[in-house]
Amino acid sequence: MSLRRFVVRRALSVVPVLFGVSVITFGLFHLTPGDPVSQLVALNPDVSAAEEARLRERWGLSGPVWRQYLAWLSNVLVGDFSRELRTGRAVSGILWRRLPETIVLGAFGWVFAIAIAIPAGIYAAVNKGRFGDVAARVLALSGVSIPNFWLGLLLILVFSLYLGLFPVLPPSRLPLYHPETLRYLLLPGVTIGTAAAASVTRVMRTSMAEELNEEYVTAARARGLPERTVVFKHVLRNSLVSVVTLAATLTAGIVAGSVVVESVFNWPGLGSEFVRAINRREVNVVMAITLVTAVAVVLANFLADVLYAVLDPRIRYD
Amino acid sequence: MTAVLEVEDLTVRFYAEEGVVTAVDGLSYRIEAGETFGVVGESGAGKSVAALSVLGLIDSPGRIEGGEVRFEGEDLLSMDESALRSVRGDGIGTVFQDARAALNPVYTVGEQIAETIEHHLEYAPSTARDRAIRLLDRVGIADAETRYSDYPHEFSGGMCQRAAIAMALSCDPELIVADEPTTALDVTVEARILDLLAELADEFDVAVQLVTHDLGVIAGTCDRAMVMYAGEAVETAPVEELYYDPKHPYTAGLMSAIPRVGDDDDRLPTIPGTMPDPIDPPPGCRFHPRCPFAEEACTRTDPALVDPETGEAATLDDDRAAACLEYTEGLSGGLDYSVEVAGGTGEHVEKAIDEREEGGSDE
Ligand code: SF4
Repeated sequence: MSLRRFVVRRALSVVPVLFGVSVITFGLFHLTPGDPVSQLVALNPDVSAAEEARLRERWGLSGPVWRQYLAWLSNVLVGDFSRELRTGRAVSGILWRRLPETIVLGAFGWVFAIAIAIPAGIYAAVNKGRFGDVAARVLALSGVSIPNFWLGLLLILVFSLYLGLFPVLPPSRLPLYHPETLRYLLLPGVTIGTAAAASVTRVMRTSMAEELNEEYVTAARARGLPERTVVFKHVLRNSLVSVVTLAATLTAGIVAGSVVVESVFNWPGLGSEFVRAINRREVNVVMAITLVTAVAVVLANFLADVLYAVLDPRIRYD
Repeated sequence: MTAVLEVEDLTVRFYAEEGVVTAVDGLSYRIEAGETFGVVGESGAGKSVAALSVLGLIDSPGRIEGGEVRFEGEDLLSMDESALRSVRGDGIGTVFQDARAALNPVYTVGEQIAETIEHHLEYAPSTARDRAIRLLDRVGIADAETRYSDYPHEFSGGMCQRAAIAMALSCDPELIVADEPTTALDVTVEARILDLLAELADEFDVAVQLVTHDLGVIAGTCDRAMVMYAGEAVETAPVEELYYDPKHPYTAGLMSAIPRVGDDDDRLPTIPGTMPDPIDPPPGCRFHPRCPFAEEACTRTDPALVDPETGEAATLDDDRAAACLEYTEGLSGGLDYSVEVAGGTGEHVEKAIDEREEGGSDE
């Protein structure tokens, strides 16, 4: 199959995924008790039942769930993510402001994870059974096991409070392209990347160790190739195949992790916005962020599939 | 006579959890320039381990414990890694059992041949490519120029093995170590690959150490052969003598295990019993639990490899050697077997040897 057909087919398959995700999220959201109106009312006992009903009417919260969903859907289909109920701000505006923050944080986490994990995994596999391998495995196991909210708080405690190396909270928001941003990015980025780094290290080590037992490795050595050619040219490319699979899955994990990590570090991305929106029952914001997340995960899987075929000629686009 | 390879007193042990396995025990043999030397034995006899030791490719938990492997007079075992690497692939080429597995699936076949050439002969990439294409063509890959860019999975098993032979020959080696090169192939392909190997060994004037479990393969291709059992050499002889006048009961037993022409894949040895437990080999002659001629002495004394005529300890230069007490202290019952040349297995062997001689003379 040609690459173009493959891309088209994959792009089309996104449609049912997004539809399913939106239905489930919308449904679940309406299963949870309370909406923005009832929240407002709870704070202000003077609101009359008539006013309450009018507010619901205006915000589109009256009527059966399916009708609300269809109303939302018809807006989305023409590219309108509706508005935040209380403030009337366009949801798309919120997305555009918050998304880059999350992308930068996620990308930093990713780069951190890969930069640590690939060398660590190679090192552990090549020195299998020796001290460095054991150390790498213990660290990786801890990295997988430590919850990121705890790690985040611990990092703040140690690096911000005890050592004073980083401000606890950014003093004021800097534009993302400002070099100072990197400093504020460091702790949340490490927090979000640690779990990914740990899983990638483990998979890298395992697949590399497996590949090292393959006959083509003995054969490459028998051809007199230097060990670094054997490891970095022959073995690495083969072992990356399983890392790519994992990486696609981990993207979802990083996106999910951003919800917690952004809240802990007060990072103004989609994740913290998501938490805020859930608390305030802002259905349109929640839906929009969910869709963006779903697209990101689908995109990651798609990239993984393309990468497979680049790495391994036996894999065809079908 | 110049020996291209002399292996002396090679011992290789594996430190497994269950115990120490002596996979190769005091093995000695020599291979002369240009000759094809067979190493034969059942699986587990240590023949593949011995082959890999020549290249220093024994991985932990295995360890080469002692002995010398002299390639063109220099001991490979005392060389450092980088000196050894300059011999591997350059002076000694290797052909593995499963050629497809021996090729990296994510690089093209041609690239991998060219890689070796670039590395050892320091060719420019384009010259290395040309040489690789010529080699592929020489080993009988049609349309080598296009096939150069094929990946291993696009090659058939036989073509992979042809490519592996091209790779082994790519830097004009003095010796090719071929470890069961045709075991993974079907019989018709096997015959063609063996012919090719013999033809090229002749053309490139390269010695071959051919490791196999199949005496039929030895008969068709080798000049001399060594029979291994439980990590030791039990007999060494020029191939004709090995077939017509085997000196060791194990060799005689193996011969009766050769399939006849036309038999399908029935290669199970007909010698009753199995190879001894490598962790705890039997005392005395290791073959005694299976040997039809075993006597009380065989359970006590480990027979040395001797010249069967004189009973004197065999040296590297001896063409004929066997390790059976019959040739040292003498057995009370003697070795009472005879080789039938007329029917069955004999015919097969004779035919194979004849064919080879014909093949050799029509150049
Ligand atoms: S020494 Fe004894 S047991 Fe060993 S091969 Fe000779 S006869 Fe058989």
